[in-house]
Amino acid sequence: MAIAASDNLMGEDVAVARLADLDVSDPRRFEHDTWQPLFARLREESPVHYQADSPAGPFWSVTRFNDIVDVEKNTEVFSSEPTIAIIDPPPERRSQMFIAMDQPQHDVQRRAVQPVVAPKNLEEFEALIRKRSGEALDALPEGKTFDWVALVSRNLTTQMLATLFDFPWEMRHKLSEWSDAVTSDERMTAGKGLTMEERLEVIMEILEVFTRLWHERVGDGVESFDLIRLLQRDPNTANMVDDPTNYIGNLMLLIVGGNDTTRNSMSGGVHFLHDNPDQFERVKNDRSLIPSMVSEIIRYQTPLSHMRRTVTRDFEFRGQKMKAGDKVILWYCSANRDESAIPCADQFLIDRESVRNHASFGFGIHRCMGNRLAEMQLRVVWEEALKRFSDIKLMSPPTRICHNFVRGYSSMPVQVTRYQ
Amino acid sequence: MPVIKFIEFDGTEHEVDADPGMTIMEVAMKYDVPGIDADCGGGAVCGTCHCFVEESAGPLPDVDPQEESMLGLRPDRGGNSRLSCQIHVSDSIGDMTVKLPEFQM
Repeated sequence: MAIAASDNLMGEDVAVARLADLDVSDPRRFEHDTWQPLFARLREESPVHYQADSPAGPFWSVTRFNDIVDVEKNTEVFSSEPTIAIIDPPPERRSQMFIAMDQPQHDVQRRAVQPVVAPKNLEEFEALIRKRSGEALDALPEGKTFDWVALVSRNLTTQMLATLFDFPWEMRHKLSEWSDAVTSDERMTAGKGLTMEERLEVIMEILEVFTRLWHERVGDGVESFDLIRLLQRDPNTANMVDDPTNYIGNLMLLIVGGNDTTRNSMSGGVHFLHDNPDQFERVKNDRSLIPSMVSEIIRYQTPLSHMRRTVTRDFEFRGQKMKAGDKVILWYCSANRDESAIPCADQFLIDRESVRNHASFGFGIHRCMGNRLAEMQLRVVWEEALKRFSDIKLMSPPTRICHNFVRGYSSMPVQVTRYQ
Repeated sequence: MPVIKFIEFDGTEHEVDADPGMTIMEVAMKYDVPGIDADCGGGAVCGTCHCFVEESAGPLPDVDPQEESMLGLRPDRGGNSRLSCQIHVSDSIGDMTVKLPEFQM
């Protein structure tokens, strides 16, 4: 039996309300998993939609798949600077990360760290990921409900992130705590997140730890492909530690990018297979479907709901007059449910045609750098899980976080049954 | 009908008759030539159909700014790097030899 999404707890009737009265960015809609009807209406009635007021100020919402592709291609009009978040940090708190840079600076900094996810490195990671996945899955209790988020998703993605940074192993839990904290702005979480001052404290802690790691590693001659040594090795980024706003910016990007997203897709898959038992049966009987299922999980989860662009000059887009400085939110979660681009988009179908052609990784020069690593982590976990378990049962509905950017779970109560 | 010779990174060759109007990427997908992922389906926005055009009978279309921006992120970019989704097979280009990279990313 499928566990239904929570009822709309926000006391609004999206079907009949005036669109102008609805806050598209309200994080509670994601917490309660009731976001789909509003975005379906936007795609139909107002695909490039202006909202005059919100906790993050006025912004445009782009909700159709092909419109989002067109915006991402036009980097001259739709800039990634100064930030890709819906909220604007005050100028003195602005950290610089390559996801929030335009060309040419973006390319220079991205190229420095890209080798960490180069296929040669991925081959080496695969054996390690398989070993760790097997250990985590073997340690799960049987006949007892446990939290898949804590014991599997968070556990494994934290280990991976520690490897990517060659981070001190015994303090690796810090990485996922930091990842949660830096994205947990109270203006994106209906007041449930951290204040700016609390976030700043975490950011200073990250900077302190990573500055120490940087100095310990300078010139140590270790042939490692960890992210810190890659920055040190590239002449364009070799002195990044001297520019703390740039160093901390890229650290936050790599910590969040390398952690939250894969973690939440790893949890989401359990939920989707529970709700679609026919699909679960198919993949149990034919594990060659796992790679395709992984792409479908990433589409269906859409671990980051959106990215933001900023209009550089007055510009008319799909008949709407945008002004220089306007915020434009590209809702990937909506693109991934756009029937005009993805047939039967609301259904979870593990072997759908063109399964890789989804919006979750974004498009153009900012397309997710770690997408192949993310897919591999998910593939290996499912290969190892389906070898071991005849069933993975969701015992009660998962708890989602209240956030309009990170689409995540705080708990996923599960029981597993092992093959005899 | 123009002939495209695909050469995989390990040297395996595939020679196929290519329908004019299809892109090189679509031809590779149609004939199950491995080595092209084409995640975005042909929009020059993912960079995972990268190839090297070693030879062509006629001139190729120019690289436009969108294709250039995606090729610019390829660590293995060469002088003859192209996105295979941006070149349509035609009688004026004619036969081509296309090498496939070690990996797509």
